[in-house]
Amino acid sequence: MKATLILANGAVFPGRSIGEAGERVCEMVFNTSMTGYQEVLTDPSYAGQGVVMSYPLVGNYGVNEQDNESRRPWVEAFVVRHLSPRGSNFRCQATLDEFLKQHHIVGIEGVDTRALTKLLRSQGSMNGMITCAEHFHVDQVVEQLRAYRVSGAVERVTCRQPETLPAYGEGRRHVALLDFGVKRNMVECLRRRGCQVTVLPASTPAQEVLSGGYDGVMLSNGPGDPADNRGVIEQVRKLYESSLPLYAVCLGHQLLALATGAKTGRLAYGHRGGNHPVRDVAEGRVFITSQNHGYVVLSETVDPAVAEVSHVNVNDGTCEGLRYKRPNCFTTQFHPEASPGPQDTEYLFDRFVASMGGEG
Amino acid sequence: MAKNPNIKKVLVLGSGPIVIGQAAEFDYAGTQACRALKEEGIEVVLVNSNPATIMTDKDIADHVYIEPLNIPSVTQVIQRERPDSILPTLGGQTGLNLAMALHENGTLEKYGVKLLGTSPDSIRKAEDRQGFKDCMESIGQPCVTSEVVESVADAVAFAEKIGYPVIVRPAYTLGGTGGGIAYDRAGLEEIADRGIHLSRVGQVLIERCIAGWKEIEFEVMRDGAGNVITVCSMENIDPVGVHTGDSIVVAPTQTLANKEYQMLRTAALDIITALEIEGGCNCQFALNPDSFEYAVIEVNPRVSRSSALASKATGYPIAKVAAKIALGYTLDEIPNAVTGKTTACFEPTIDYCVLKIPRLPFDKFTTASRTLGTQMKATGEVMAIANSFEGALMKAIRSLELNVRALKLDKLEQLEDDEIEDLLAQVTDERLFVVAEALRRGISPQKINSITRMDLWFLDGFQRIIDQEEALKACQGAPDADTLRRAKEMCFADSYIATLCHMEQAQVKALREQYGIIPAFKMVDTCAAEFDAVTPYYYSSYDGENEAADTGAGRKKVLVLGSGPIRIGQGIEFDYCCVHSVWALKRLGCETIIVNNNPETVSTDFDVADKLYFEPLTAEDVQNIVEQEKPWAAVVQFGGQTAIKLAKALTEMGVRILGTPADGVDAAEDRERFDAILNACGIPRAKGRTVFTTQQALEAANEIGYPVLVRPSYVLGGQGMEIAYNDRNIRDFMKIINQTVQEHPILVDKYLMGREVEVDGVFDGDDILIPGIMEHIERAGVHSGDSISVYPPIHVEDQHRQTIEGYTRQLAKALGVIGLINIQFIIYNDQVYVIEVNPRSSRTIPYISKVTGVPVIDLATKVMMGQKLKDLGYGTGIYPQAEYYAVKMPVFSFEKLTDVDTGLGPEMKSTGEVLGLAESFPQALLKAFKGANMRVPKRGGRIILTVKDEDKREVVGIARGFADMGIEILATDGTCKALQDADVPCTRVARVSEAHPNLSDMIASGTIDLVINTPTKGRRQDTDGFKIRRATVEHSVGCVTAIDTARAMLTVREQGRSVDLHPIDITTI
Repeated sequence: MKATLILANGAVFPGRSIGEAGERVCEMVFNTSMTGYQEVLTDPSYAGQGVVMSYPLVGNYGVNEQDNESRRPWVEAFVVRHLSPRGSNFRCQATLDEFLKQHHIVGIEGVDTRALTKLLRSQGSMNGMITCAEHFHVDQVVEQLRAYRVSGAVERVTCRQPETLPAYGEGRRHVALLDFGVKRNMVECLRRRGCQVTVLPASTPAQEVLSGGYDGVMLSNGPGDPADNRGVIEQVRKLYESSLPLYAVCLGHQLLALATGAKTGRLAYGHRGGNHPVRDVAEGRVFITSQNHGYVVLSETVDPAVAEVSHVNVNDGTCEGLRYKRPNCFTTQFHPEASPGPQDTEYLFDRFVASMGGEG
Repeated sequence: MAKNPNIKKVLVLGSGPIVIGQAAEFDYAGTQACRALKEEGIEVVLVNSNPATIMTDKDIADHVYIEPLNIPSVTQVIQRERPDSILPTLGGQTGLNLAMALHENGTLEKYGVKLLGTSPDSIRKAEDRQGFKDCMESIGQPCVTSEVVESVADAVAFAEKIGYPVIVRPAYTLGGTGGGIAYDRAGLEEIADRGIHLSRVGQVLIERCIAGWKEIEFEVMRDGAGNVITVCSMENIDPVGVHTGDSIVVAPTQTLANKEYQMLRTAALDIITALEIEGGCNCQFALNPDSFEYAVIEVNPRVSRSSALASKATGYPIAKVAAKIALGYTLDEIPNAVTGKTTACFEPTIDYCVLKIPRLPFDKFTTASRTLGTQMKATGEVMAIANSFEGALMKAIRSLELNVRALKLDKLEQLEDDEIEDLLAQVTDERLFVVAEALRRGISPQKINSITRMDLWFLDGFQRIIDQEEALKACQGAPDADTLRRAKEMCFADSYIATLCHMEQAQVKALREQYGIIPAFKMVDTCAAEFDAVTPYYYSSYDGENEAADTGAGRKKVLVLGSGPIRIGQGIEFDYCCVHSVWALKRLGCETIIVNNNPETVSTDFDVADKLYFEPLTAEDVQNIVEQEKPWAAVVQFGGQTAIKLAKALTEMGVRILGTPADGVDAAEDRERFDAILNACGIPRAKGRTVFTTQQALEAANEIGYPVLVRPSYVLGGQGMEIAYNDRNIRDFMKIINQTVQEHPILVDKYLMGREVEVDGVFDGDDILIPGIMEHIERAGVHSGDSISVYPPIHVEDQHRQTIEGYTRQLAKALGVIGLINIQFIIYNDQVYVIEVNPRSSRTIPYISKVTGVPVIDLATKVMMGQKLKDLGYGTGIYPQAEYYAVKMPVFSFEKLTDVDTGLGPEMKSTGEVLGLAESFPQALLKAFKGANMRVPKRGGRIILTVKDEDKREVVGIARGFADMGIEILATDGTCKALQDADVPCTRVARVSEAHPNLSDMIASGTIDLVINTPTKGRRQDTDGFKIRRATVEHSVGCVTAIDTARAMLTVREQGRSVDLHPIDITTI
């Protein structure tokens, strides 16, 4: 079936429908990872967004249970050049198309994804619509697209109830993980390091966390504009003012920065992919990281009395991590849990576990 | 960290002659590294014995030594140049082994030369089988169960412990030389014996056979600060069991989920971190397709063939970055030239599919075993880029130039289904097509997968191509827009669509244009469009947006056609010519556009020409570029036969051909037209006839008189050429020729057994410049590419020089040549005859340019652009003779190819060449022998002589010469008798067909220094001679198959003196 992608600037990309035959409005972003489409689809940080895969061959190895990063896909719409009809892999349980249909994700294939990526890069991320309608008026669609904004995304993706997961092996630490849209592998990285993890809803009051007997707190990744989460920021400030070891990733990193007086801004087209070089300023070493963010902490707004920039993006110099003056508190913009992407910075979880003291 | 300020003068070692397993990729890597070093203000000293390379140009390095790559010669260069450092990891295994040897024998320490980049300890750890295993074990990386052994008995004992089949891998050899899979004890004994013999350290690895697992490669880089990145992942379509150099490879990996991908990526990074590599490194893994189980197969702690492929596949310049790391830079200090904004410290991400297909030499070596295994056999490769797997595959197939334009070998159509099934189990270069044929016959992908272990995902890709063929056929005439668009998205050629739809090619093109299906060119930018890039590196697609920008700024655009994959007869020298032409055109203010598909070459480096199109070199693919770029003119003279055969098509497209027009090329190749020209000029050639049938050939031969030379017309490198001495020979050859060649007539010429002489000339329409005359050591009958060639000539008298100059000018004029002309002459009975004229560049251009100091390509390019020789400063006529003798010696790769006859003849067999440069002929010859690693027997040595009857008279003098030098002569019956009759002391040895101990036992015993065996005629493989020659290859004993080569060896022994050899810096010529 025919499908069409229409962008807020009036650009129209014809293609064929994949996944659910329907219509979706979303914010279009591109991802440059060459593997890991299933992890991308199920990463809650993409809630409200449509993802364009810049790698043209997608679906090659199908999908499987283990590679879901959350309970369902959150990507609003999916754009690929070629969708593989077969998933060829020993773990494959379904084709990508079956997966998209099962979860009612609208998609399109046959699009010149390179041209689309170039457009999003040069003009910035913009809203778009995938439709299977035969007839439409571009002007009307553009009008509709102007009005769209990703909002309330954290509330949508966060868990409803706290859930406690045991450590693998002997549990030595208990971590409170505030779920703003957490990826499963973040929890797994902690469990593999001897941490019992309690995943808490985003709205959990700080007091509840502080009195819960935890050894440390992690703030997860998540979708949307960080500044929208006023209530959460308030609670995060209280956690910061405690002495509990704190590590935050992506949205969590941005929320803590906002809670401590820094500002965030929007990147023109974001960082989404698995090849972003980040310099660890103290070590002088560069690590290849997995990233997925459209907003960033503005380095110049960070009060040197509060924190210093610990990690810098080698490509564009943006802030990739903060080390706070307050003991045992650090945050990163990039994703040490990877999934998808390189696992080179998983050592940060070791650092967090060590900050909780004892034999780590 | 920044550049180490103590590094001021660096010695770079090249990889020597092109052999199977070590080809043009090291010229590319070395050239890039030298340029990177010079960019940093470093004085570069280069040693490489291969004169056909770009790296041995004086504009690439400051001091260039075309000298043997051995310890004494490089030691001399070190003594003379006193470099402070040496860069060992860019000259392939040859360069690395040599640098290690110089380190181990204390030479580097003695002269204060520091090894740059990866430390010797690390190299040893990666290269030594046991050391590597231990290291992997210490970091928890699984290796295949294996054991290093030094004897056949130990090999057998270990194999019986782990069970057959087992893989045998010799330590420190190129392209897995001497390795193989052993299925039983007998097989193991044979392979292990050979492997132990070929290994530099007498070791082989016996390992568990994991044939059928996925073979995955990662190209990784590390700097001195410990930063690590992966440049590219690659997946072999042929699973483990086929050497990666002979495998069809796709990049990036296609069938690995993120988990497996990251598991292997992390393993690769852990490995280079543990080995403390500083530079580029290649990690090969085997991955069980049914689990997460994997094993590290091999690590190359240096730039490799795969890194050349990875560089071209991603746009990331591995060799350049490796050179900068060796100087002390960290990855984040090195800018990414592609984006101009980012640094080398990132991982390229690509938004297209890359496919490599090896170019195997079985079109030349028709008798060779086509079976592929752990021993590499390919001479070269092609790469294609498309936004689909199918498209990349179709483009790559076209790029091979094997007269195949789709995923289909017509000859397989005639086979029965069960024959196709049987063929599936045989791993050969044709298996790709067998698999396609099997799919066409309806054999299920699951069944094919169970036999071939090719992943179903790849089989699906093949199936989609076949389905598309069916869809086109079903149109029964002009296809609809959708069907045609899908076919073009899979990069079907218009000509193939035309065949499937019973249309004319032009009709398909017109229909496409009517539907608006026109190619759009996309950019290779290392970052999947995430950053604005300015790389002028393009591939075609049928997606809408066209990125090929007009950057010419009003300059004249010139299209330079490259030479495609390296094959026997068309090697690296044509890339040299293309690159030099590009540089010359740039200096003349032109915008240059190169089209090529060979990832191993300098020409496909994106900063050589102003624009690079990585595309097949077919008329249709080139036409797309022509329509995009609308070039002012095209250059076809420099890209070998590949480029020249496109001259006519380009002319028809309305593109001006710079220099000699297409008609001149045709006149030189068309027998009748050429004869008419010779007659008009009064230039003699051997009598000949054009024939089509065996009967006509027999009549012609008898009329002309035996011996005659029989060959098909329009061929390169003497393909299918033979000397016939009688009617039986004619019948044999005609049968073979008719199997492969049908369209063009067959030539039967009188065979003149004279002295062969070759010239390259530049002609501007009025004047000729001949940089030098080259004389072939072997008389006519041995292909010019396989002969030892010497400049200046030894035996050409002045009057003949004048005749040669005159003929060259006359022929150039008559053929309408503007630019280069190459002519081969024979001097026979004091008369000069013309054998062959090629109005294009030749394989001798790089060598003659370097030894005479005449920039031949630069001059030819200027002449083609309308300049006159007399204004160019190098005069006209024959250029004054140099003070040096230069001997070009062919190098073969026979040990890589089983069942190939090593006897030299009219058909070219060499893969590469070396140069010997000295003040006298014997010294130059000696150097060349050393460079080619041919041992000349010494006093106290033993040689075996067994020659054909025609040579018995001549061999006497040669044998006497060797005997006088104190060398023991052994000979078979007839030869022995001839020698004894002439009072040459000689011992008889039994023929190979006689009872043991016989000649083959002697060869195997390691007590023989040289075998001189001249082949009797014919292509039969059951002859004694064939067995002798193969035995010498298997046991690494020198073997000379032409009487003139033997005489040259004697000359060296009588007049050459190793102690007097000294290196010559060609930049001073």
